[in-house]
Amino acid sequence: MEAMWAALALSLKVAGWATAIDLVFGVAVGFLLARGRFPGRDLIETTLALPMVLPPTVLGYYLLVMIGRRSEFGAWLHGQFGIDLIFTWQAAVIAASIVAFPLVFKPARAAFEAVDPQLEQAARVLGISEPAIFFRVTLPLAWRGILAGLLLAFARALGEFGATLMVAGSIPGKTQTLSVAVYEAVQAGQDHVADSLVLVTSAVSIAVLLSAGRLGAGRSGY
Amino acid sequence: MYFDCDIRKTLRAGKRAFHLDVRLQSNCQRTVILGPSGSGKSLTLKAMAGLVRPDAGYIRLDGRTVFDAGAGIDCPPQRREAAYVFQDYALFPHLTVRQNVGFALVRGWFNPAVAFRREAVDYWLETFQLGHLAHQYPNELSGGQRQRVALARALIAGPRLLLLDEPFSALDPDLRVTMRNELDGLQRRLRIPMVMITHDPADAAIFGDCIVRLREGALDTAEAKCREPGQASGAEGTAVGAEAAIRIGRNRATGRQQDSS
Repeated sequence: MEAMWAALALSLKVAGWATAIDLVFGVAVGFLLARGRFPGRDLIETTLALPMVLPPTVLGYYLLVMIGRRSEFGAWLHGQFGIDLIFTWQAAVIAASIVAFPLVFKPARAAFEAVDPQLEQAARVLGISEPAIFFRVTLPLAWRGILAGLLLAFARALGEFGATLMVAGSIPGKTQTLSVAVYEAVQAGQDHVADSLVLVTSAVSIAVLLSAGRLGAGRSGY
Repeated sequence: MYFDCDIRKTLRAGKRAFHLDVRLQSNCQRTVILGPSGSGKSLTLKAMAGLVRPDAGYIRLDGRTVFDAGAGIDCPPQRREAAYVFQDYALFPHLTVRQNVGFALVRGWFNPAVAFRREAVDYWLETFQLGHLAHQYPNELSGGQRQRVALARALIAGPRLLLLDEPFSALDPDLRVTMRNELDGLQRRLRIPMVMITHDPADAAIFGDCIVRLREGALDTAEAKCREPGQASGAEGTAVGAEAAIRIGRNRATGRQQDSS
Protein backbone atom coordinates (compact mmCIF):
# COMPACT_ATOMS: atom_id res chain seq x y z
CA MET A 1 0.00 0.00 0.00
CA GLU A 2 2.75 2.41 0.94
CA ALA A 3 4.57 1.55 -2.26
CA MET A 4 1.47 2.55 -4.18
CA TRP A 5 1.34 6.01 -2.61
CA ALA A 6 5.04 6.42 -3.22
CA ALA A 7 4.48 5.54 -6.87
CA LEU A 8 1.55 7.98 -7.09
CA ALA A 9 3.57 10.76 -5.46
CA LEU A 10 6.47 10.13 -7.81
CA SER A 11 4.13 10.11 -10.82
CA LEU A 12 2.61 13.43 -9.78
CA LYS A 13 6.05 14.92 -9.19
CA VAL A 14 7.37 13.74 -12.57
CA ALA A 15 4.21 14.86 -14.41
CA GLY A 16 4.24 18.20 -12.59
CA TRP A 17 7.83 18.99 -13.52
CA ALA A 18 7.32 17.79 -17.08
CA THR A 19 4.26 20.03 -17.42
CA ALA A 20 6.15 23.01 -16.01
CA ILE A 21 8.94 22.49 -18.54
CA ASP A 22 6.41 22.10 -21.35
CA LEU A 23 4.68 25.29 -20.25
CA VAL A 24 7.81 27.39 -20.75
CA PHE A 25 9.01 25.77 -23.97
CA GLY A 26 5.56 25.02 -25.37
CA VAL A 27 4.40 28.64 -25.05
CA ALA A 28 7.66 29.93 -26.54
CA VAL A 29 7.64 27.48 -29.45
CA GLY A 30 3.89 27.90 -30.03
CA PHE A 31 4.33 31.67 -30.19
CA LEU A 32 7.31 31.49 -32.55
CA LEU A 33 5.49 29.09 -34.85
CA ALA A 34 2.36 31.26 -34.83
CA ARG A 35 4.13 34.55 -35.51
CA GLY A 36 7.56 33.80 -36.91
CA ARG A 37 8.25 33.57 -40.60
CA PHE A 38 11.50 31.70 -40.97
CA PRO A 39 12.83 28.97 -43.25
CA GLY A 40 12.41 25.43 -42.00
CA ARG A 41 9.38 26.28 -39.89
CA ASP A 42 7.36 23.34 -41.15
CA LEU A 43 10.25 20.95 -40.63
CA ILE A 44 10.72 22.15 -37.05
CA GLU A 45 7.04 21.80 -36.31
CA THR A 46 6.94 18.29 -37.77
CA THR A 47 10.00 17.22 -35.80
CA LEU A 48 8.57 18.54 -32.55
CA ALA A 49 5.29 16.74 -33.23
CA LEU A 50 7.05 13.41 -33.74
CA PRO A 51 6.52 12.18 -30.14
CA MET A 52 2.82 11.92 -31.00
CA VAL A 53 3.42 9.19 -33.57
CA LEU A 54 6.76 7.58 -32.70
CA PRO A 55 6.71 4.51 -30.44
CA PRO A 56 7.80 5.54 -26.93
CA THR A 57 10.56 2.95 -27.11
CA VAL A 58 12.07 4.77 -30.07
CA LEU A 59 11.99 8.02 -28.11
CA GLY A 60 13.51 6.25 -25.13
CA TYR A 61 16.30 4.97 -27.33
CA TYR A 62 16.95 8.43 -28.75
CA LEU A 63 17.14 9.77 -25.22
CA LEU A 64 19.57 7.06 -24.14
CA VAL A 65 21.76 7.95 -27.09
CA MET A 66 21.55 11.65 -26.29
CA ILE A 67 21.83 11.83 -22.50
CA GLY A 68 23.44 8.49 -21.63
CA ARG A 69 26.94 8.43 -20.15
CA ARG A 70 28.44 7.48 -23.50
CA SER A 71 26.89 10.46 -25.25
CA GLU A 72 28.78 13.75 -25.53
CA PHE A 73 26.25 15.57 -23.38
CA GLY A 74 26.08 12.76 -20.81
CA ALA A 75 29.86 12.55 -20.58
CA TRP A 76 30.10 16.33 -20.15
CA LEU A 77 27.46 16.31 -17.40
CA HIS A 78 29.28 13.49 -15.65
CA GLY A 79 32.74 15.05 -16.00
CA GLN A 80 31.67 18.57 -15.11
CA PHE A 81 29.11 18.02 -12.38
CA GLY A 82 29.23 14.32 -11.59
CA ILE A 83 25.61 14.03 -12.74
CA ASP A 84 24.26 10.86 -14.27
CA LEU A 85 20.76 11.32 -15.59
CA ILE A 86 19.99 7.74 -16.57
CA PHE A 87 17.97 5.84 -13.94
CA THR A 88 16.98 8.97 -12.05
CA TRP A 89 13.57 10.58 -11.69
CA GLN A 90 14.93 13.57 -13.57
CA ALA A 91 15.37 11.30 -16.59
CA ALA A 92 11.71 10.36 -16.23
CA VAL A 93 10.85 14.08 -16.26
CA ILE A 94 12.80 14.59 -19.48
CA ALA A 95 11.10 11.60 -21.10
CA ALA A 96 7.63 12.71 -20.00
CA SER A 97 8.14 16.32 -21.06
CA ILE A 98 9.24 15.29 -24.54
CA VAL A 99 6.38 12.86 -24.99
CA ALA A 100 3.82 15.43 -23.83
CA PHE A 101 5.38 18.41 -25.63
CA PRO A 102 3.19 18.33 -28.78
CA LEU A 103 0.10 18.47 -26.58
CA VAL A 104 1.24 21.89 -25.34
CA PHE A 105 2.85 23.65 -28.28
CA LYS A 106 0.17 22.74 -30.82
CA PRO A 107 -2.80 24.16 -28.87
CA ALA A 108 -0.59 27.10 -27.83
CA ARG A 109 0.15 27.83 -31.47
CA ALA A 110 -3.54 27.65 -32.38
CA ALA A 111 -4.44 29.88 -29.44
CA PHE A 112 -1.87 32.50 -30.43
CA GLU A 113 -3.06 32.43 -34.02
CA ALA A 114 -6.62 33.08 -32.83
CA VAL A 115 -5.63 36.32 -31.08
CA ASP A 116 -6.78 39.30 -33.18
CA PRO A 117 -3.59 41.10 -34.31
CA GLN A 118 -5.54 44.35 -34.20
CA LEU A 119 -5.60 44.15 -30.40
CA GLU A 120 -1.81 44.03 -30.37
CA GLN A 121 -1.71 46.96 -32.77
CA ALA A 122 -4.03 48.88 -30.48
CA ALA A 123 -1.65 48.28 -27.57
CA ARG A 124 1.29 49.32 -29.74
CA VAL A 125 -0.29 52.66 -30.62
CA LEU A 126 -1.04 53.18 -26.92
CA GLY A 127 2.70 53.11 -26.29
CA ILE A 128 3.08 49.65 -24.77
CA SER A 129 6.39 47.89 -25.43
CA GLU A 130 6.48 44.61 -27.35
CA PRO A 131 7.29 42.33 -24.37
CA ALA A 132 4.59 44.04 -22.31
CA ILE A 133 2.09 43.51 -25.15
CA PHE A 134 2.84 39.79 -25.01
CA PHE A 135 2.17 39.58 -21.28
CA ARG A 136 -0.75 42.00 -21.18
CA VAL A 137 -2.68 41.21 -24.35
CA THR A 138 -1.48 38.18 -26.28
CA LEU A 139 -0.89 35.72 -23.45
CA PRO A 140 -4.07 36.47 -21.47
CA LEU A 141 -6.16 36.04 -24.62
CA ALA A 142 -4.45 32.77 -25.56
CA TRP A 143 -4.29 31.46 -22.00
CA ARG A 144 -7.42 29.34 -22.05
CA GLY A 145 -6.23 27.30 -25.03
CA ILE A 146 -2.78 26.92 -23.52
CA LEU A 147 -4.19 25.75 -20.19
CA ALA A 148 -6.32 23.07 -21.84
CA GLY A 149 -3.19 21.79 -23.58
CA LEU A 150 -1.26 21.81 -20.30
CA LEU A 151 -3.85 19.65 -18.58
CA LEU A 152 -3.75 17.13 -21.42
CA ALA A 153 0.03 17.16 -21.22
CA PHE A 154 -0.14 16.52 -17.48
CA ALA A 155 -2.43 13.55 -18.05
CA ARG A 156 -0.18 12.23 -20.80
CA ALA A 157 2.94 12.66 -18.64
CA LEU A 158 1.20 10.83 -15.81
CA GLY A 159 0.60 7.85 -18.05
CA GLU A 160 4.01 7.84 -19.74
CA PHE A 161 5.49 4.34 -19.71
CA GLY A 162 7.75 3.24 -22.56
CA ALA A 163 10.34 5.98 -22.76
CA THR A 164 10.34 6.35 -18.96
CA LEU A 165 11.10 2.69 -18.42
CA MET A 166 14.00 2.85 -20.86
CA VAL A 167 15.73 5.92 -19.42
CA ALA A 168 14.68 5.85 -15.78
CA GLY A 169 14.19 2.15 -15.18
CA SER A 170 11.94 0.82 -12.46
CA ILE A 171 13.51 1.40 -9.08
CA PRO A 172 10.76 1.23 -6.43
CA GLY A 173 10.48 4.48 -4.48
CA LYS A 174 12.99 6.17 -6.78
CA THR A 175 11.98 5.93 -10.41
CA GLN A 176 9.05 3.54 -10.35
CA THR A 177 6.05 5.64 -11.45
CA LEU A 178 2.44 4.42 -11.32
CA SER A 179 2.35 3.16 -14.87
CA VAL A 180 5.64 1.31 -14.46
CA ALA A 181 4.44 -0.10 -11.13
CA VAL A 182 1.36 -1.52 -12.86
CA TYR A 183 3.56 -3.34 -15.33
CA GLU A 184 5.79 -4.69 -12.56
CA ALA A 185 2.80 -5.82 -10.47
CA VAL A 186 1.28 -7.72 -13.38
CA GLN A 187 4.63 -9.28 -14.24
CA ALA A 188 4.99 -10.43 -10.63
CA GLY A 189 1.44 -11.84 -10.57
CA GLN A 190 0.32 -9.38 -7.85
CA ASP A 191 -3.09 -8.83 -9.37
CA HIS A 192 -4.62 -7.11 -6.33
CA VAL A 193 -1.81 -4.55 -6.33
CA ALA A 194 -2.33 -4.00 -10.05
CA ASP A 195 -6.06 -3.54 -9.42
CA SER A 196 -5.63 -0.68 -6.99
CA LEU A 197 -2.85 0.93 -9.05
CA VAL A 198 -5.04 0.87 -12.13
CA LEU A 199 -7.98 2.36 -10.24
CA VAL A 200 -5.89 5.20 -8.85
CA THR A 201 -4.37 5.96 -12.25
CA SER A 202 -7.78 5.97 -13.92
CA ALA A 203 -9.31 8.20 -11.27
CA VAL A 204 -6.55 10.79 -11.55
CA SER A 205 -6.71 10.75 -15.36
CA ILE A 206 -10.49 11.18 -15.38
CA ALA A 207 -10.20 14.15 -13.04
CA VAL A 208 -7.61 15.81 -15.28
CA LEU A 209 -9.55 15.19 -18.48
CA LEU A 210 -12.75 16.49 -16.91
CA SER A 211 -11.06 19.76 -16.00
CA ALA A 212 -9.51 20.01 -19.46
CA GLY A 213 -12.92 19.47 -21.04
CA ARG A 214 -14.50 22.09 -18.83
CA LEU A 215 -11.83 24.61 -19.80
CA GLY A 216 -12.22 23.83 -23.48
CA ALA A 217 -16.00 23.94 -23.63
CA GLY A 218 -16.65 26.51 -20.90
CA ARG A 219 -17.19 30.18 -21.52
CA SER A 220 -15.50 30.48 -24.85
CA GLY A 221 -14.21 33.98 -25.27
CA TYR A 222 -15.06 36.68 -22.81
CA MET B 1 1.25 71.60 -40.29
CA TYR B 2 -0.62 68.86 -38.50
CA PHE B 3 0.55 66.26 -40.89
CA ASP B 4 2.56 66.09 -44.02
CA CYS B 5 3.10 62.86 -45.77
CA ASP B 6 4.30 61.61 -49.07
CA ILE B 7 4.28 57.86 -49.23
CA ARG B 8 4.34 54.99 -51.63
CA LYS B 9 3.49 51.43 -50.85
CA THR B 10 2.88 48.37 -52.98
CA LEU B 11 0.89 45.45 -51.68
CA ARG B 12 0.80 42.15 -53.48
CA ALA B 13 -1.67 39.36 -53.07
CA GLY B 14 -1.08 36.59 -55.56
CA LYS B 15 -1.03 38.13 -59.01
CA ARG B 16 -2.77 41.31 -58.00
CA ALA B 17 -0.87 44.34 -56.93
CA PHE B 18 -2.14 47.48 -55.27
CA HIS B 19 -0.16 50.67 -55.48
CA LEU B 20 -0.62 53.43 -52.97
CA ASP B 21 0.89 56.75 -53.94
CA VAL B 22 -0.34 59.72 -51.97
CA ARG B 23 1.03 63.05 -51.00
CA LEU B 24 -0.95 65.24 -48.70
CA GLN B 25 -0.37 67.82 -46.06
CA SER B 26 -2.89 69.66 -43.99
CA ASN B 27 -3.06 72.32 -41.37
CA CYS B 28 -6.76 71.85 -40.83
CA GLN B 29 -7.71 70.62 -37.43
CA ARG B 30 -10.19 68.28 -39.02
CA THR B 31 -9.25 66.44 -42.14
CA VAL B 32 -11.41 63.80 -43.73
CA ILE B 33 -10.05 61.30 -46.18
CA LEU B 34 -12.97 60.06 -48.19
CA GLY B 35 -12.97 57.08 -50.46
CA PRO B 36 -14.59 53.77 -51.25
CA SER B 37 -13.24 50.58 -49.74
CA GLY B 38 -10.06 49.48 -51.44
CA SER B 39 -9.01 53.05 -52.16
CA GLY B 40 -6.05 52.87 -49.80
CA LYS B 41 -7.37 55.27 -47.18
CA SER B 42 -7.03 52.77 -44.38
CA LEU B 43 -3.49 51.96 -45.49
CA THR B 44 -2.64 55.67 -45.45
CA LEU B 45 -3.97 56.08 -41.91
CA LYS B 46 -2.14 52.96 -40.69
CA ALA B 47 1.07 54.26 -42.21
CA MET B 48 0.67 57.49 -40.24
CA ALA B 49 0.22 55.49 -37.04
CA GLY B 50 3.23 53.33 -37.82
CA LEU B 51 1.24 50.12 -38.23
CA VAL B 52 2.20 49.84 -41.90
CA ARG B 53 5.65 50.62 -43.21
CA PRO B 54 5.67 52.52 -46.51
CA ASP B 55 8.16 51.49 -49.19
CA ALA B 56 9.26 55.05 -49.78
CA GLY B 57 8.56 58.63 -48.77
CA TYR B 58 8.22 60.45 -45.49
CA ILE B 59 5.63 61.17 -42.82
CA ARG B 60 5.62 64.17 -40.52
CA LEU B 61 3.11 64.43 -37.72
CA ASP B 62 2.69 67.74 -35.93
CA GLY B 63 6.01 68.97 -37.29
CA ARG B 64 7.94 65.89 -36.26
CA THR B 65 9.38 63.44 -38.76
CA VAL B 66 8.26 59.98 -37.74
CA PHE B 67 9.14 58.21 -40.95
CA ASP B 68 11.64 58.96 -43.67
CA ALA B 69 12.70 56.13 -45.91
CA GLY B 70 15.61 58.15 -47.31
CA ALA B 71 17.03 59.09 -43.92
CA GLY B 72 16.30 55.69 -42.41
CA ILE B 73 13.90 57.07 -39.83
CA ASP B 74 11.09 54.79 -38.71
CA CYS B 75 9.68 55.75 -35.35
CA PRO B 76 7.76 52.81 -33.82
CA PRO B 77 4.02 53.32 -33.26
CA GLN B 78 4.70 53.42 -29.52
CA ARG B 79 6.49 56.76 -29.85
CA ARG B 80 4.45 58.54 -32.51
CA GLU B 81 2.08 60.16 -30.02
CA ALA B 82 -0.81 59.55 -32.35
CA ALA B 83 -3.98 57.96 -31.07
CA TYR B 84 -5.78 55.49 -33.29
CA VAL B 85 -9.41 54.50 -33.03
CA PHE B 86 -10.04 51.27 -34.91
CA GLN B 87 -13.09 50.62 -37.04
CA ASP B 88 -14.40 47.98 -34.65
CA TYR B 89 -12.73 49.71 -31.69
CA ALA B 90 -10.35 46.86 -30.79
CA LEU B 91 -11.17 47.01 -27.08
CA PHE B 92 -9.32 44.47 -24.98
CA PRO B 93 -11.97 41.81 -24.34
CA HIS B 94 -10.29 40.48 -21.20
CA LEU B 95 -10.26 43.85 -19.46
CA THR B 96 -13.04 45.93 -17.94
CA VAL B 97 -13.95 49.40 -19.17
CA ARG B 98 -11.84 50.94 -16.41
CA GLN B 99 -8.84 48.76 -17.28
CA ASN B 100 -9.25 49.51 -20.97
CA VAL B 101 -9.35 53.25 -20.37
CA GLY B 102 -6.38 53.12 -18.00
CA PHE B 103 -4.38 50.77 -20.24
CA ALA B 104 -1.90 53.32 -21.55
CA LEU B 105 -1.19 54.79 -18.11
CA VAL B 106 0.54 51.64 -16.92
CA ARG B 107 3.75 50.85 -18.71
CA GLY B 108 4.93 47.63 -17.04
CA TRP B 109 4.27 43.99 -17.86
CA PHE B 110 1.01 43.88 -15.94
CA ASN B 111 -2.39 45.29 -16.76
CA PRO B 112 -4.01 47.86 -14.50
CA ALA B 113 -5.93 46.18 -11.68
CA VAL B 114 -9.71 45.95 -11.78
CA ALA B 115 -9.83 48.58 -9.04
CA PHE B 116 -7.28 50.80 -10.84
CA ARG B 117 -7.81 54.37 -9.68
CA ARG B 118 -6.27 57.40 -11.27
CA GLU B 119 -7.67 60.84 -11.58
CA ALA B 120 -7.26 60.74 -15.33
CA VAL B 121 -9.24 57.51 -15.63
CA ASP B 122 -12.12 58.91 -13.59
CA TYR B 123 -12.02 62.11 -15.60
CA TRP B 124 -12.34 60.33 -18.92
CA LEU B 125 -14.95 57.89 -17.62
CA GLU B 126 -16.99 60.91 -16.56
CA THR B 127 -16.40 62.80 -19.78
CA PHE B 128 -17.84 59.91 -21.76
CA GLN B 129 -20.53 59.04 -19.20
CA LEU B 130 -18.98 55.64 -18.63
CA GLY B 131 -18.76 55.82 -14.85
CA HIS B 132 -21.56 53.33 -14.24
CA LEU B 133 -20.03 50.90 -16.74
CA ALA B 134 -16.51 50.92 -15.30
CA HIS B 135 -16.67 47.27 -14.25
CA GLN B 136 -18.34 45.91 -17.38
CA TYR B 137 -16.49 44.00 -20.09
CA PRO B 138 -16.56 45.18 -23.72
CA ASN B 139 -18.91 42.39 -24.82
CA GLU B 140 -21.50 43.73 -22.36
CA LEU B 141 -21.55 47.18 -23.97
CA SER B 142 -23.60 48.69 -26.77
CA GLY B 143 -21.94 49.99 -29.93
CA GLY B 144 -22.01 53.60 -28.83
CA GLN B 145 -20.58 52.75 -25.41
CA ARG B 146 -17.78 50.79 -27.05
CA GLN B 147 -16.90 53.74 -29.18
CA ARG B 148 -16.77 56.01 -26.14
CA VAL B 149 -14.45 53.57 -24.39
CA ALA B 150 -12.22 53.44 -27.46
CA LEU B 151 -12.05 57.25 -27.58
CA ALA B 152 -11.38 57.55 -23.86
CA ARG B 153 -8.64 54.92 -24.09
CA ALA B 154 -7.06 56.74 -27.03
CA LEU B 155 -7.24 60.25 -25.58
CA ILE B 156 -6.03 59.52 -22.05
CA ALA B 157 -2.40 59.38 -23.12
CA GLY B 158 -2.60 62.94 -24.45
CA PRO B 159 -1.86 62.30 -28.12
CA ARG B 160 -0.89 65.05 -30.53
CA LEU B 161 -3.09 63.70 -33.29
CA LEU B 162 -6.23 61.60 -33.34
CA LEU B 163 -6.59 59.10 -36.17
CA LEU B 164 -10.05 57.66 -36.71
CA ASP B 165 -10.71 54.67 -38.95
CA GLU B 166 -14.36 54.68 -40.09
CA PRO B 167 -15.48 55.51 -36.54
CA PHE B 168 -19.24 55.33 -37.20
CA SER B 169 -19.53 52.43 -39.62
CA ALA B 170 -20.14 49.88 -36.86
CA LEU B 171 -23.14 51.81 -35.50
CA ASP B 172 -26.78 51.78 -36.54
CA PRO B 173 -28.03 54.95 -38.30
CA ASP B 174 -29.70 56.66 -35.30
CA LEU B 175 -26.73 56.14 -33.08
CA ARG B 176 -24.45 57.30 -35.87
CA VAL B 177 -26.05 60.75 -35.78
CA THR B 178 -25.73 60.95 -31.98
CA MET B 179 -22.13 59.84 -31.90
CA ARG B 180 -21.19 62.19 -34.73
CA ASN B 181 -22.51 65.13 -32.70
CA GLU B 182 -20.73 63.86 -29.62
CA LEU B 183 -17.39 63.58 -31.36
CA ASP B 184 -17.95 66.94 -33.03
CA GLY B 185 -18.47 68.62 -29.66
CA LEU B 186 -15.56 66.78 -28.09
CA GLN B 187 -13.15 67.75 -30.83
CA ARG B 188 -14.20 71.39 -30.61
CA ARG B 189 -13.63 71.30 -26.88
CA LEU B 190 -10.28 69.52 -26.93
CA ARG B 191 -9.08 71.07 -30.17
CA ILE B 192 -7.11 67.99 -30.91
CA PRO B 193 -6.19 67.71 -34.56
CA MET B 194 -7.82 64.73 -36.16
CA VAL B 195 -7.74 62.77 -39.36
CA MET B 196 -10.78 60.67 -40.13
CA ILE B 197 -11.14 58.18 -42.93
CA THR B 198 -14.62 57.30 -44.06
CA HIS B 199 -16.67 56.28 -47.06
CA ASP B 200 -19.71 58.13 -45.74
CA PRO B 201 -20.23 61.65 -47.18
CA ALA B 202 -22.30 62.51 -44.09
CA ASP B 203 -19.14 62.20 -41.96
CA ALA B 204 -17.32 64.45 -44.36
CA ALA B 205 -20.10 67.04 -44.14
CA ILE B 206 -19.60 67.39 -40.40
CA PHE B 207 -15.89 66.82 -39.93
CA GLY B 208 -14.52 67.74 -43.29
CA ASP B 209 -12.90 71.12 -42.80
CA CYS B 210 -10.62 69.65 -45.37
CA ILE B 211 -11.70 66.78 -47.51
CA VAL B 212 -9.41 64.61 -49.53
CA ARG B 213 -10.71 61.97 -51.86
CA LEU B 214 -8.79 58.82 -52.54
CA ARG B 215 -9.44 56.57 -55.45
CA GLU B 216 -7.59 53.37 -56.12
CA GLY B 217 -4.54 54.32 -54.16
CA ALA B 218 -4.13 57.87 -55.41
CA LEU B 219 -5.58 61.29 -54.72
CA ASP B 220 -8.49 62.63 -56.64
CA THR B 221 -7.31 66.22 -56.92
CA ALA B 222 -10.38 67.38 -58.74
CA GLU B 223 -12.47 66.77 -55.69
CA ALA B 224 -10.29 68.04 -52.91
CA LYS B 225 -11.84 70.97 -51.15
CA CYS B 226 -11.49 73.07 -48.09
CA ARG B 227 -13.82 75.28 -46.19
CA GLU B 228 -13.17 78.91 -45.58
CA PRO B 229 -10.61 79.73 -42.95
CA GLY B 230 -12.14 80.56 -39.60
CA GLN B 231 -15.00 78.20 -40.10
CA ALA B 232 -12.77 75.45 -38.93
CA SER B 233 -13.42 74.39 -35.36
CA GLY B 234 -13.17 77.89 -33.97
CA ALA B 235 -14.54 77.35 -30.52
CA GLU B 236 -15.04 79.86 -27.71
CA GLY B 237 -14.79 82.85 -29.95
CA THR B 238 -11.02 82.88 -30.05
CA ALA B 239 -9.40 83.17 -33.38
CA VAL B 240 -8.35 79.61 -33.69
CA GLY B 241 -8.75 79.96 -37.41
CA ALA B 242 -6.91 76.97 -38.57
CA GLU B 243 -5.85 77.96 -42.00
CA ALA B 244 -8.03 75.71 -43.94
CA ALA B 245 -5.61 74.84 -46.56
CA ILE B 246 -4.60 71.55 -47.91
CA ARG B 247 -1.94 70.96 -50.42
CA ILE B 248 -2.01 68.02 -52.59
CA GLY B 249 0.63 66.83 -54.91
CA ARG B 250 1.17 64.24 -57.53
CA ASN B 251 -1.67 62.26 -58.85
CA ARG B 252 -0.05 59.70 -60.99
CA ALA B 253 -2.17 57.15 -62.67
CA THR B 254 -0.39 54.40 -60.81
CA GLY B 255 -3.20 53.79 -58.47
CA ARG B 256 -4.94 51.04 -60.24
CA GLN B 257 -5.37 47.49 -59.27
CA GLN B 258 -3.36 45.76 -61.89
CA ASP B 259 -2.92 42.23 -62.94
CA SER B 260 0.78 41.92 -63.08
CA SER B 261 0.54 38.74 -65.11
